[in-house]
Amino acid sequence: MGMPTTHILTSGMSGIRAAGDLVARMEFARGMRIKEAKECVAKKLGVGTADLSDEYVMRDLREELGLGVITSVAGAPKGFAAKMNIEKLLGTKINCCEKFRQQLR
Amino acid sequence: MTTEYKLRRGDGKRIVMTRAQIMEDLRAGTADAAELGSIPQLTEDELDKLADILTAPGRMVGVEEGMEVPVTHDIGTIRLDGDQGNSGVGIPASRLVGMMFHERALGADTMELGHIDYSFKPVKPIIAQEMQAMEVCQQNMIVPLLYGAMPNMGLYYTPDGPCENPGDLMKAFKIKEAQDSTMKAAEHLTRDMVWIMQRMMRSGADGVNFDTTAAAGDGDFYATLKAVKTLRQEFPEMFIEVGMAGELVLGMHGEVEYDGKLLAGLWPHEQVEMVAKAGASIFGPVVNTSTSRSSPWNLARAVTFVKAAVKASPIPCHVNMGMGVGGIPMFETPTIDAVSRASKAMVEVAGVDGI
Repeated sequence: MGMPTTHILTSGMSGIRAAGDLVARMEFARGMRIKEAKECVAKKLGVGTADLSDEYVMRDLREELGLGVITSVAGAPKGFAAKMNIEKLLGTKINCCEKFRQQLR
Repeated sequence: MTTEYKLRRGDGKRIVMTRAQIMEDLRAGTADAAELGSIPQLTEDELDKLADILTAPGRMVGVEEGMEVPVTHDIGTIRLDGDQGNSGVGIPASRLVGMMFHERALGADTMELGHIDYSFKPVKPIIAQEMQAMEVCQQNMIVPLLYGAMPNMGLYYTPDGPCENPGDLMKAFKIKEAQDSTMKAAEHLTRDMVWIMQRMMRSGADGVNFDTTAAAGDGDFYATLKAVKTLRQEFPEMFIEVGMAGELVLGMHGEVEYDGKLLAGLWPHEQVEMVAKAGASIFGPVVNTSTSRSSPWNLARAVTFVKAAVKASPIPCHVNMGMGVGGIPMFETPTIDAVSRASKAMVEVAGVDGI
């Protein structure tokens, strides 16, 4: 466990503590290199690229946009709900959300 | 009096070096990679930067603010509930709990679900269980969630699989038969990986992480590239990460080609061209650590290879930085000082898009 944790602390973007998941999604979904992915997500969030790893900026912004937050806030979007809001923000489709919608009657 | 710095050898043991000795090993490490891969050496400025990172006084270092990168993971939650064979710590937690722990306690940027064996082949008999697990995990998770496994083509050879072992055939000088057996195993492997991932995609997976690709040589790499191409055609939006097993593709067959290019003997900056052409989203270059060399030698060598791969790559590169690769010591519990220095060096000097 010490090794992955060290990478997260040394170089990582802190996941949903900040905006690491969103940048990762743009790298995977659009094949964007790190600079482009960060610029794209920052533009969509209306923040600077340095803010994407800043928990102080991202904590309230994530809650406001319903993107899922790291602390367990009762009633706040989690799981599919948070990911559907991420789809809207990033302009991408997330596979499990598509499957979820297909199952609705 | 000359200042001495505490560093690590490739096996993790503490060593002490002067700045001049560090620079000498950095130059030797980058020269070794450059010669093997026919790629440029690191510049003196880059070597100075590596030396600064290696000699930084703190126990841990970190990338400069604004230079953070997303982190993907192999093995995923198995590192929590798995045994020592998977570098697991034996906490009896479900895979869902492991994932949520990574997402919400550790701040992981992505996560993956994997079978305890972590190879594709054993997933086949329990595919429904894995599909169910993926569905449940996706209901709870927010970060991108891949299905991760190793192609591990060795499982298709006798006594574990249906194809005769090429090693045994080669020992009997049956070279053609050995090559035929490799290609037969590759067919089985491609078919299984595609079949499994078709079902995982039906269960809501964001994609796949092919981990330790080419561990069984060029046939293993070929099978994975074919699986990537097939999956990309069927699922245009699928997240596909291809992480390698070693710095050089071993020619266990020796003559396998993909898209007209011989796979045996490819270095990371050449592997990435094949991986991107097949349709992967992210490439994971690997550079092996020499246990008898110093951390400056290993790190300069690894950064040289990875920098060349990043430059040649049309897709993002997430460098593999586990035990014994990427300038990290070959040790079960790699020291935090060595891991954080290698991590920072890969981001700031090699310019990786992720780890």
